[in-house]
Amino acid sequence: MTRDRGEDARLIALAVLAIAALLILPGTLDFSTAYGLISAIPMALLGLSLGLIWGYGGILCFGQTAFFGIGAYAYAVWAVNFGDTTGAVVCAIVLGAAFAAALGYFIFYGRVSDVYLGAITLVVTLVLLQVMRRTSGPEYKIGDALLGGFNGTGAPPMRVPWDTGTMLIGPPLLYVSLGALIVCYFVCVAITRSHFGRVCVAIRENETRAELLGYDARLYKLGLFAIGGGLAALAGVLSGLAVTRVTPELFNLKNAATAIILVIVGGRGTLIGPVIAAFGIFYLQKSLGSQQTVNLDLVLGALLIGFVLLLPQGLVPAVMTLVLRRSGRRRDFKATRRGRRPGRAATRTGRGVDRDLQAAE
Amino acid sequence: MEELIVFVVTLAYAMANLALIALGLAIVFGMMRVINLAHGEFLMLGGYAVVLSINNGINIWLAMLVIAPLTVGAIGILVERLLIRFLYGRMIDTLLATWGLSLLIIGLITVIFGPQTPSGALTAPIGSVQVGARSISGYELFLIAMTLGSLALVYGVLRYTKLGLLARGTMQRPDMAAALGVSTSRIYMATFGFGSAMAGLAGGLLAPIVGVLPTIGAAYVAKAFITVISGGAAILAGTGSAAVLLGGVENIVTQLTGPTMGAVALLLAAVVIIRLLPQGITGRFFRRSL
Repeated sequence: MTRDRGEDARLIALAVLAIAALLILPGTLDFSTAYGLISAIPMALLGLSLGLIWGYGGILCFGQTAFFGIGAYAYAVWAVNFGDTTGAVVCAIVLGAAFAAALGYFIFYGRVSDVYLGAITLVVTLVLLQVMRRTSGPEYKIGDALLGGFNGTGAPPMRVPWDTGTMLIGPPLLYVSLGALIVCYFVCVAITRSHFGRVCVAIRENETRAELLGYDARLYKLGLFAIGGGLAALAGVLSGLAVTRVTPELFNLKNAATAIILVIVGGRGTLIGPVIAAFGIFYLQKSLGSQQTVNLDLVLGALLIGFVLLLPQGLVPAVMTLVLRRSGRRRDFKATRRGRRPGRAATRTGRGVDRDLQAAE
Repeated sequence: MEELIVFVVTLAYAMANLALIALGLAIVFGMMRVINLAHGEFLMLGGYAVVLSINNGINIWLAMLVIAPLTVGAIGILVERLLIRFLYGRMIDTLLATWGLSLLIIGLITVIFGPQTPSGALTAPIGSVQVGARSISGYELFLIAMTLGSLALVYGVLRYTKLGLLARGTMQRPDMAAALGVSTSRIYMATFGFGSAMAGLAGGLLAPIVGVLPTIGAAYVAKAFITVISGGAAILAGTGSAAVLLGGVENIVTQLTGPTMGAVALLLAAVVIIRLLPQGITGRFFRRSL
């Protein structure tokens, strides 16, 4: 299998940058930015999970927040009952992935197509929202953990696995969140570069052809969907820890829309795109502040419409196209894109980028 | 006997409620294969039209039955011209763009009217009706009648008017319709406007019992979406059968165990329907109906 050298180089550069950020950032940021980042990173991770399953698997899931919220609730319930937060994180990820697998079984083995898939997932998250809102009262509890209806339930702070006396709140939580995001990003990169990931891309491009080659599209999609569910659940845990509470609002339409917006703005078929978009929107939110004339819904809505109409491939692929043109690879790129001369040159150079660009179309 | 009447009325209301909420979306989806995720916000705008009219001293019946559908219909035509018409044939992009539109409308309404409901004198204009020792809401009876009326109106417009004939022809074969001198672009615009007007009517009618908030659309859109998707492509038969089935399941489970399980049962029923009939109910049954 040929690999693109440029892609490897970019990944290494990114890894160095990420580790540098992890070492430097938490110490240097002022309090409000650090606190904001702790809330923004889970959204980036949620965007990453959707970027993986939608961008690489072609699974348009409108309800990624379902796994997000389930993860958060699973963490809270486990941590309250057993006091062990490491197990709680594992439990959350496993439960998120399991729920995604169960839902995915209905969807993929029922051969539910794009729009219907979006409908089912969206409805699942909205029903979870409504159900969790109604769980107020002492009779709704799992073990010792009250679910608490509208107000939700408390998420006990995470503890260091080998030193359970130390709680991770404030700057240490930023280390944990940022570290988790970086690890998950590279796990996703590894998945997309593995055999499994490439089969998923093949299925996205042409499901019938992939099946004729002997791959069970349903199983591959189910696997990818479950991985995405696990990632989203981890994002939910971090989101609950950021505000030390788990509320039904994790499931709401706004979060579901934000995940979609991150992928659209960042670009389908890239993994870094949604993450960059999440930090961009965090910056936007911070600059809008609490003034009342332009609220965030308005801006996000306009952003989504604008990108769908004017720049449907998203930011990162658009920028990459520009950069590639500058560096003289334009001819190869055009040849593959139009499918007229997909000769040797086109398949060797810029392979990763071509894939990304095709994904964006 | 009294118990039975009350039971039948609540059951019929649950079904009618779903059909009323979903009808506007079903017209747009069934005719144009466009799913408008801002549908909930169109209902919300209908509610706001009623509240603002009442606060300005306009009769509530006039506000609900005339002003709300006309206002939202006009907004729908505007949206079709500015946004939807660029996206025909791109179902996913339409979904995303209308989702953006939904956020945009929520944001705009929040900026203009604030996050709280501005309703002053908005109450249901019909009192309760006595059935022996029990009483049932007269307004719910009125809503059931209005739902049947709306369904009849849509059937009448599509089946018996020139515009309905042109619209159905355009949806079946746009190229042939255009060759015969029909302006397909205008037909699309009118159809979207008609669907929006029905959404506005539903929003206006429901405003007195549901209340009016910028974020109320989320409560509608999920139910409407699920009803239309379960129903499939046929507008009236699909919406009707899905509303009867899902509304029935929800209401019976609610009466047995309470509203939480009712919502869950509604979801499960819809998921099972879509799993068994991926094209919706009318993908297999009543295929030739309207």
